[in-house]
Amino acid sequence: MNSDNNEREALSGPAGESGGSPFEAEPDSATAPAETMEGQSAEAPAAHQVLCVSAPEPSELEAWNSQVRRRMRQQSRRSFLLWGAGLAAGAGAFRWLTTRPEAGDIPWPFRKTLELNESIAGKYFSDHRLSRTFDPKQVGPDRVNGDLGLDEDVDIESWKLRVEGLASQNGPLLLGLDAIRKLPRVEMTTEFKCIEGWSVIVQWAGARFTDFMKSYPPRTRSGGAFSLNHAEDLPAYVSMATPDDGYYVGLDMESMLHPQTLLCYEQNGEPLSQEHGAPLRLVIPVKYGVKNIKRIGTIRYSHERPTDYWAERGYDWYVGL
Amino acid sequence: MKPKHSLAVRWFHWVNFPLLALMIWSGLWIYWANDVYRVGAGSITLFKFFPEGFYRTFGVSYQLAKGMAWHFFFMWLFVLNGILYVAYTVFSGAWRHLVPNRHSFREAVLVALHDLHLWKGQLPARKFNGAQQIAYTGVVLMGFGSVVTGLAIYKPAQLGWLIALLGGYGAARFEHFLLAIAYVLFFVVHIAQVARAGWNNFRAMVSGFELVSSKEATYE
Repeated sequence: MNSDNNEREALSGPAGESGGSPFEAEPDSATAPAETMEGQSAEAPAAHQVLCVSAPEPSELEAWNSQVRRRMRQQSRRSFLLWGAGLAAGAGAFRWLTTRPEAGDIPWPFRKTLELNESIAGKYFSDHRLSRTFDPKQVGPDRVNGDLGLDEDVDIESWKLRVEGLASQNGPLLLGLDAIRKLPRVEMTTEFKCIEGWSVIVQWAGARFTDFMKSYPPRTRSGGAFSLNHAEDLPAYVSMATPDDGYYVGLDMESMLHPQTLLCYEQNGEPLSQEHGAPLRLVIPVKYGVKNIKRIGTIRYSHERPTDYWAERGYDWYVGL
Repeated sequence: MKPKHSLAVRWFHWVNFPLLALMIWSGLWIYWANDVYRVGAGSITLFKFFPEGFYRTFGVSYQLAKGMAWHFFFMWLFVLNGILYVAYTVFSGAWRHLVPNRHSFREAVLVALHDLHLWKGQLPARKFNGAQQIAYTGVVLMGFGSVVTGLAIYKPAQLGWLIALLGGYGAARFEHFLLAIAYVLFFVVHIAQVARAGWNNFRAMVSGFELVSSKEATYE
């Protein structure tokens, strides 16, 4: 604001251009200091003197100033047009992005990016990194969230776990809860994290999924013998569903092999309640709560990526923590 | 006619603005799903983040999935632009104008008093005064903070050490939220100051040049 309208002062000329200036005799020293952003150039005092000494006629000054203003207008016009073009391009890109055909309820570029994020996270993932465990005394208040696939109470006596994709047989295997209880019991107190953003500390008891796998090994890719040491030969995925298939999750094998991934039958020292997924649920601290499926009806080893209830509704398939 | 902001700085600034806005907006969609923060004590709430009317007016509700998809898409562009900006300021030497020095804090107080019409003195005729240096460097540090707290709540199991450093999962989420609020406050002050500084100053952020009188130019 300071000099734009001040007719008495000469406006500093455009960088490196001196044609037609009233200071033609010494154009460089008149314009150079203004050009540098660093300031304190050696020529600055000299330039100041030139300005003071030359004391141009008011008409010359006005001619010079109007020339500077004209150059500024040209420069501004060009810049604002480019700025506007950039804005239009950005708006166009945004519009393109948000109007792409959908994949799993979100435009495909977003889905592709979630999958890219998944592959990066998968590379960093290590089952040596454990989620923090807490003292059971730190257990938080009970919080129930989500009843998909839990429409009516399950009859725990007649409940059976259906296991598919086994090495031992082609058809499904039906297991009672005793089969899980027979596996080494693991207790852990971890922070359950809901995708909505809340978290609560819960004490769990159950069996490691790796122990379950050792007892009920999957059909390998090669068809050879099962070994946890040959992860690349294992099915890449596990899918789980409630008995009524009302809720289902897909899980990557790396996360299933994590030592804190449990098939749980107890929560905070009590057998699972109906609303928390009796008689058996998944607890997997490397995933958001949505993957911690309640009331497991089916466990299926899968070589293809399984569908996932929430991934079909706009969420990330992986949701790895 | 004096060059003020390089093309690179103008580019980073104007690219960052919509990206940060998108990050805040998609973050708001995510936050809605567990909107627990408020200003108050005990049972007294002075202000809830955010009032129902706000959600209704801006259609914030039930957009968690979309919010996460957008957040984890635009984060790449936001981070990339931020890294390039910092790298540029380091390698071009532009950081010399931006990073506060030991005089900046005293000067920032004077600038604030001046702008509130409590001090009638002359402000320094430099590219960025102390208050600007603190604000523009601070907002870059805030960006860094958002990335760090964001990463922590994005991968709390694999980055457990980072969660521990930030005081826990809940704390990290709160810090991430506070930074988002801080950007909005920065924006309000920034817009007010840009409006005060006038057209010549704003134009320089688009065209790169500002008009100065030769006398003043020699002060640089």
